[in-house]
Amino acid sequence: MTAITSITAAQAQPQREHALDLFRQMVLIRRFEEKCAELYRAGKIHGFVHLYIGEEAIAAGAMQALAPDDAVVATYREHGHALVRGVPAPAVMAELYGKQEGCSRGRGGSMHLFDAATRFYGGNAIVGGGLPLAVGLALADRLARRPRVTACFFGEGAVAEGEFHECLNLSALWKLPVLFFCENNLYAMGTALGRSESETDLCLKASSYEIPAWPVDGMDVEACEDAARRAAAEVRGGGGPVFLEFRTYRFRAHSMFDPQLYRTKQEIDEWKKRDPILIYDGRLRESGLLDDDRLKRIEDGVAAEVQKAVDFAEAGTWEPVEDLTRFVYSERTRT
Amino acid sequence: MSAQEQTRPQTIHTTYREAMREAIRDALIRDPRVFLMGEDVGRYGGCFAVSKGLLEEFGPERIRDTPLSESAFVGAGIGAAMGGMRPIVEIMTVNFSLLALDQIVNNAATILHMSGGQFNIPLVIRMTTGAGRQLAAQHSHSLEGWYAHIPGIKVLAPATLEDARGMLWTALEDPDPVLIFEHGSLYNMEGELAADAGAVDIEHAAIRRPGSDLSLITYGGTLGKAMQAALELAAAGIDAEVLDLRTLRPLDNDAIVDSVTRTHRAVIIDEGWRSGSISAEISARIMEGTFYELDAPVQRVCSAEAPMPYPKHLEEAALPQVSVIVETARALVGKRD
Ligand SMILES: Cc1ncc(C[n+]2csc(CCOP(=O)(O)OP(=O)(O)O)c2C)c(N)n1
Repeated sequence: MTAITSITAAQAQPQREHALDLFRQMVLIRRFEEKCAELYRAGKIHGFVHLYIGEEAIAAGAMQALAPDDAVVATYREHGHALVRGVPAPAVMAELYGKQEGCSRGRGGSMHLFDAATRFYGGNAIVGGGLPLAVGLALADRLARRPRVTACFFGEGAVAEGEFHECLNLSALWKLPVLFFCENNLYAMGTALGRSESETDLCLKASSYEIPAWPVDGMDVEACEDAARRAAAEVRGGGGPVFLEFRTYRFRAHSMFDPQLYRTKQEIDEWKKRDPILIYDGRLRESGLLDDDRLKRIEDGVAAEVQKAVDFAEAGTWEPVEDLTRFVYSERTRT
Repeated sequence: MSAQEQTRPQTIHTTYREAMREAIRDALIRDPRVFLMGEDVGRYGGCFAVSKGLLEEFGPERIRDTPLSESAFVGAGIGAAMGGMRPIVEIMTVNFSLLALDQIVNNAATILHMSGGQFNIPLVIRMTTGAGRQLAAQHSHSLEGWYAHIPGIKVLAPATLEDARGMLWTALEDPDPVLIFEHGSLYNMEGELAADAGAVDIEHAAIRRPGSDLSLITYGGTLGKAMQAALELAAAGIDAEVLDLRTLRPLDNDAIVDSVTRTHRAVIIDEGWRSGSISAEISARIMEGTFYELDAPVQRVCSAEAPMPYPKHLEEAALPQVSVIVETARALVGKRD
């Protein structure tokens, strides 16, 4: 635990900054995505858009365990992961607009954010599709004797796919440096975990592959960070993969349209009481790190950043139609 | 005739989605062996709302939500069909069917032949296909042509309300595995349908618009574009025939050859990629069947050979468009004199 309340004076300043930064990251994701919803309704963003609202603590916390040269593999619900990883917000927003200044040249949209500079390997829209990639990235690091790790984020729905089991087994067998970060928000579209898994204890599944696994309160950003740091330390030690089950909840629809027939408003409201931003706001205030004034400064800073992203996207340009078949194959003939 | 006139069926205003739902309902009522399974077909109401309300009507035994396990539940459909049931398996989209490709190609398509005719697989697999909704490269492809490559399965592409309503029952009565591809852009298509509409044949292509100057040969999501192109061509004095293939495997060879033998020219419109495609197959059938009747080389309007991009302008550029069909047809007819 990052014990904000029992720190020495020498540590106080950086820890204080770090705590506020975690908070700011969550607020950035929240406001960025609220803007996305607004822009979707305004017809600026199209296709499928899966909001991460309610789950921000996981990306904000877990990403802290990664070094700049580690790798990240994510799903179609990946705006938050990209932002925390350091993909510039303007490049993410431009991608959502489909502009060529976007992080994937505008070709991928919301579900396919890619960014080589931050080793962000996508934005995968096939459930379970990212897991084998993560195993392979880790295998490359192992073969090249690089001390890096690969963090792979996926929803609990993916646990039912064959890829999940094949990848856990393979990475454990070969002791590969993969962090399996399962974001258990209880529903895969409209299917509750209990309706899709005979064994709902996901850590038990990972354990059966001899992978260290434990559950984490995914609404508590510090708990997420601490667990991820511990897991990363184990993986860097060469012991093979670690599996974390982050318990969380998605506050919004699965994608932009979803009548949500599969859950009750009471259930959603109950979880909203555990809003990760609300919880952390309370904790930071208790320890004297946050007050209304400071909060306003954070919110203002975030609002400016989001606005900058929107302005950048608005000013962006469309990729010329002549480029449609560019990058079907590589432009260099040899690597 | 007068007796028939008296009982002339009323029509109802409906959508492709509702017609498909009615077809599933009807099958569930008619045959106790029929059940529907797939991801989110029950509680969620189907990812394209096709199965909305069916869970409430038929219960969880027959409207079965599955985990995200395409290979397992498609394979289980094959097993259940061999075990005497009549499963309708829904795969959300053709893109996810790739996770079940092994079961479809190595089991469903082979077991009858491989077992020396002992075990047939009366299975129906439905899935959405196609682009047009800015869903990018992992949710937009038209891979039905791939499936049409496989002997042992039948491949249907309902493009009209009648076919959405009528193909399912015929497919369920078929002793062998049938794949039904529903183009995602069709679900909201509205129109009039006979109130007593029911089963339709799944063997024959249909001429949706007769014509004498050239044949526009297509299926599924591009039928509407071909019809629109035919209208525009008519305004320019060119009389295009529109042939809706309806079934991609087995292809209605006679219908293709007959049409082109009459019109002497053909444009094939297909949302799949051009190389190694169903459009290539159709073109070859035309060469084989009516080469000496051709007045011009067969033309194709297909998707650009690239993964589907997200932005609208690039997606439109990648897909067959009415304007391109019209231009291609005009150039083709122009070659006559
Ligand atoms: C192989 C595959 N099957 C089905 C889908 C359709 N689909 C997209 S997201 C989703 C639910 C996934 O749930 P989960 O893994 O828990 O992640 P969450 O969306 O809750 O973040 C489904 C069924 C898909 N994209 N890929």
